[in-house]
Amino acid sequence: MLIRVTPPHAIRSSEITEERDYHNRREFLRAAGLIGLATASFGLPTVARALDSARRGQQGGAPDGFRDPVTIGEELRPSVTSWQDVTGYNNFYEFGTGKEDPAANARNFRTRPWTVRVEGLVKRPADYQLEDFIKPHRLEDRIYRHRCVEAWSMVVPWQGFPMADLIRRVEPLPSAKYLEFTTLHDPRQMPGQLFPVLEWPYVEGLRLDEALHPLALFVTGVYGRTLPNQNGAPLRHVVPWKYGFKGCKSIVKIRFTETEPRTAWNVAAPHEYGFYGNVNPEVDHPRWSQATERPIGRLRRQPTLMFNGYADRVAGLYSGMDLRKYY
Amino acid sequence: MMEGARAVAPRGAPPAGENTAAPQDVRHRSTARHIKPPRWLPWVVIAAGCLPAAWLAWGFASDLLAGTRHLGSNPIERMEHFTGDWNLRFLALTLSVTPAMKITGWGWLIRYRRIFGLFAFLYICLHLTIYFVLDVELNWGALVEDVTDRTYITLGMLGFLLLVPLAITSTKGWIRRLGNRRWNALHRLVYVSAVLGTIHYWMAVKRDITDPLIFAILFLALFAWRARAALESRRKRQVIARARSASSA
Repeated sequence: MLIRVTPPHAIRSSEITEERDYHNRREFLRAAGLIGLATASFGLPTVARALDSARRGQQGGAPDGFRDPVTIGEELRPSVTSWQDVTGYNNFYEFGTGKEDPAANARNFRTRPWTVRVEGLVKRPADYQLEDFIKPHRLEDRIYRHRCVEAWSMVVPWQGFPMADLIRRVEPLPSAKYLEFTTLHDPRQMPGQLFPVLEWPYVEGLRLDEALHPLALFVTGVYGRTLPNQNGAPLRHVVPWKYGFKGCKSIVKIRFTETEPRTAWNVAAPHEYGFYGNVNPEVDHPRWSQATERPIGRLRRQPTLMFNGYADRVAGLYSGMDLRKYY
Repeated sequence: MMEGARAVAPRGAPPAGENTAAPQDVRHRSTARHIKPPRWLPWVVIAAGCLPAAWLAWGFASDLLAGTRHLGSNPIERMEHFTGDWNLRFLALTLSVTPAMKITGWGWLIRYRRIFGLFAFLYICLHLTIYFVLDVELNWGALVEDVTDRTYITLGMLGFLLLVPLAITSTKGWIRRLGNRRWNALHRLVYVSAVLGTIHYWMAVKRDITDPLIFAILFLALFAWRARAALESRRKRQVIARARSASSA
């Protein structure tokens, strides 16, 4: 005789969504969206709001790979941008200037073997194999807001390790004030580098104290998976309170310097892109407002937050600085 | 109408409006290019001109309601770029009609100039509607700030405003009311609008100017053709005038 003992936490079979219904969940939401559209056709803002929530519904739910609570940004989980948007809408000019170019052109990009050179004002300059560069560090899942200088934004579940951990490991000299990051320069693999859109290779930089901030991250994965090529594989950095262009992708070199690095966008258009690139709704880009942003995957704009919502943690880095001058 | 325009404005001014009975003479003159387009051709052209707008509307609706990704991750930006592109494409087509007609001798092409011009206007209207409703979200304050503070939007808006009187006066009634000479003069504003549209596009792109550059080259080529044609006709007139004065002397 079979005796079935139900464990206290078991999910009753009646609670389980049928597979068919699970697969049809989008139809359901679609229908909900249509009803929303029909009932809300009193004015465009209302319609927009209804459609907005329908679209968000389709993209919500727990994405793969970061089901456990993340170390930072758990509160952002409900608004995480879809995998398709995170990996299909990219600015990575090395693979073309269109937003969909990187996903198409980076498909065959070789990220192994990969060497990262650490040089300049450090006690332990060295060439690291990527594996050795990452291995000593504990990888964390973190959900960050991502704000592009072009006034769109995402919420991205990154995986990586604090930049500070690496910096301590290589021991900067007291004279080191800045970090300079350099992207791979290989026009055969990166067709965008055949055109002088920017000065190649792409160079970005941070002040040492910014790089040591616990939010600054070296990133090796997204959505719990290995970082896709179009997102800056195999190694990029992310500084969530700065505009996206401050993040250097496919990093091959990290140099510790005493002087402020010449960064790619600052060199290309100094009046539009400063060295700092801090998200600031009060300082407009010369050609567009930075007061609001369009969250990718939604229809309505939302206000942009000071330091991209990380002001309480990072504002101290810039106390006494004129943020209009140091944009 | 075309020959009529010649009669009124013999100084090589481009013909006004659309042909009605005109191209008979043209056809007689260029027997080698004797072509009679089918009657339904204009309707096919009009349907084709609507296709991009129809595709866009369908794509947007499908993306919103069915979760497809026809317009990519940033559908509003895509729709703005798409309609702006089609405005410039139709402006280029509009400005290509006169050269094409002169080169081929196909007088019947003239009626497509108005069709293309109105399509250019349709797409710029869609461009502005999408910008104002979906991008600026009906916020008049933000619209005013954009138009006054951001040069590329100021210029773009000006380019649009210049097309409004042209669309209004595109009817036969208005051609009659204004007379060919004044109508032609007014409709030269289309050149200014094309220049403004191209500058607007050029200034709007972040770094990669390839696409606006293509339009700039296209428009420059069309302007160059006109400048050359104008010079040539002036030279011809001078020769004729000289010959006349010689014979009368």
